[in-house]
Amino acid sequence: MSEIVTETSNNGIQNFEPIVRYQKVSKSFGDTEVIKELDLDVAPAEKIGIIGPSGSGKTTLIRMLMTLEKPTSGTIEVDGELLWHKRVNGNLVPADEKHLRKVRSKVGMIFQQFNLFPHMTMLRNVTEAPIHVLGLSREEAEERAITMLEKVGLKDKLDQYPRQLSGGQQQRVAIARALVMNPKIMLFDEVTSALDPELVEEVLAVIKEIALEGNMTMLLVTHEMQFAREIADRIVFINGGTIIEQGPPEEIFENPKHERTQNFLRRFNKKN
Amino acid sequence: MPFLLKGVVVTIELTVMAAILAFIMAFIAGFARLSKFAIVRGITQIYVEIFRGTSLLVQLFWVYFVLPFFGIELSAMMTGVLVLGLNYGAYASEVIRSSILAIPKGQTEAGIALNMSPSLIMKRIILPQAMLIMLPPLGNYLIELIKSTALVSLITLHDLMFCGTMINNVTMRTIEVYSLVLIIYFLLAYPLTLAIRRLEKRLSAGRL
Amino acid sequence: MWDWEFTISILPLLLEGLKITLIATFLAFGFAVVVGLLLAIASRSSVKILSLPVKAFIEFVRSTPLLAQLFFIFYVFPKFGLVLTPLVAGVLGLGLHYSTYLSEVYRSGIDSIPRGQWEAAKALNFSKARTWISIIIPQAVPPIIPVMGNYLIGMFKDTPLLSAITLVEVLQTAKIIGAQSFRYLEPITMVGVIFLILSYVSSLGVRWLELRLNQR
Repeated sequence: MSEIVTETSNNGIQNFEPIVRYQKVSKSFGDTEVIKELDLDVAPAEKIGIIGPSGSGKTTLIRMLMTLEKPTSGTIEVDGELLWHKRVNGNLVPADEKHLRKVRSKVGMIFQQFNLFPHMTMLRNVTEAPIHVLGLSREEAEERAITMLEKVGLKDKLDQYPRQLSGGQQQRVAIARALVMNPKIMLFDEVTSALDPELVEEVLAVIKEIALEGNMTMLLVTHEMQFAREIADRIVFINGGTIIEQGPPEEIFENPKHERTQNFLRRFNKKN
Repeated sequence: MPFLLKGVVVTIELTVMAAILAFIMAFIAGFARLSKFAIVRGITQIYVEIFRGTSLLVQLFWVYFVLPFFGIELSAMMTGVLVLGLNYGAYASEVIRSSILAIPKGQTEAGIALNMSPSLIMKRIILPQAMLIMLPPLGNYLIELIKSTALVSLITLHDLMFCGTMINNVTMRTIEVYSLVLIIYFLLAYPLTLAIRRLEKRLSAGRL
Repeated sequence: MWDWEFTISILPLLLEGLKITLIATFLAFGFAVVVGLLLAIASRSSVKILSLPVKAFIEFVRSTPLLAQLFFIFYVFPKFGLVLTPLVAGVLGLGLHYSTYLSEVYRSGIDSIPRGQWEAAKALNFSKARTWISIIIPQAVPPIIPVMGNYLIGMFKDTPLLSAITLVEVLQTAKIIGAQSFRYLEPITMVGVIFLILSYVSSLGVRWLELRLNQR
């Protein structure tokens, strides 16, 4: 798999059937355009690290895929289906809630602020969606949830509430909560930015484990360069709402071609 | 219709007079609850609890029907002004009290440092600031007061509500009469609601 | 002046009236709790044909006297073939009036929920209804319970208005006693005392609730 991707990003030929496709996507908040006619194809099972300065639009990019923000123009396809639009007699019309929910079921997301449900125990945080969205029985949902919580190393915290756990533990539960829905594509929005430094590692380890399993498509917006380098098949550098440069991690980190990429990485290395 | 308008005039008269009394009572009680004398605070507390704890309509009935037993006979209008004024004064005293308490202690201390007398500090420093804080909640009470004036129709004061009922009894045009009454009350109260919202916005934007 | 014997003799009657008062209060409160929530949700809807009329309705009901609304319901509805008993009309009027106040209370509770909660619900593909039931309402309601308690006390104190549409609750009972015995002093004073005791005790209850919620 990573072979194909490397090849693609090297010569720009797209010889895979993308699972995610952004086409001429723009997004404005009021007068500020945060994404400008951006194109991006993501291969199935590809792991993409999205880097860039704050305010570059990288978070908006994945939030549009989660349907949290609506593109101002352009189209996004997920697994061969248009996300924000429906094709009716050859014309594009805005998608209705039913269509959104259908496509949304293929995507999951981990947030910077965890966004666990504070009024639910850990177990219920993870079982609520399988029961009410997938329609699983409580037993089945709990069985799956416990497997996932085991995977993130938190099987013993089932009956605790979010506020009783550390940030790192909360974020791991959030990961289990997203995994249990079995999405094809998982989005990570600066998932370690809100964590104390000593808690970052435990969360990254869990993500790395998921990445190594291989078959999930992952888009990671991150400031953890070392981490991105380790797990990503491709690094996308975004600045000012457009992709400035993309390619295999070694290429971007060792030998960035674009001046803005070089500046960004230099400034970043200095800070750390 | 002209009869209804006479009722509107009575409703407005009653609202204005009761509001003035309520405002005075609220200030007296609001300050009294900040008094350093426990007995003053205690008496005020009793006044506030009695008027907040019993129902407004019960108070109206009590003054109108029971006070004559003690030889005090008040007209319906007097009763309305007195009870509405005392009742809303009790509620609003809390607004006065908390607004004054909301002014930082540093303001008083700055006044002392300038060798101002306590009354001067209150008049020149605390009150001008507290007034701004208390305006929106007092305005909301004024709206509630307008709506509450309808109760005096039940002690036979010829206000808007009473006139509406009278006209209904004579003409039997129930739908038109009661709809019109509702709309007139709305026209009386709603502009005030909008004004208070504007005031609140300007206050929270710090432009006053 | 004050006749204790008379007072004691009328007490059972007054308590009978109080029972009606309390029934009306709780029924109307239950109505307002449910309808208030529905109004709050509807007024947040992105469907303008739904949210705008609901907002207008809330503004209108809040800007007109409860008494005028009660008369409207009791005397105008029958013209459209909807004859209501005094209790039903009273519960409907009182409940509807306070539902507009409670909708504002709900709104403040809903607004205080972080945006991330809505986003997480979306990311887990919850339906709109499920998001409200599982995520929003369970978090929005507990902090506003004391405020709702205060409105319950407010409703209790407004039930004497239902006497105007011929409901024989506690105040109307007192008036009837007064008219029959020509003694208004004891019955109306006793009604005042009953209200004072009940609302004072319940306000202590609300304060206790507030303290407990703050501790959590």
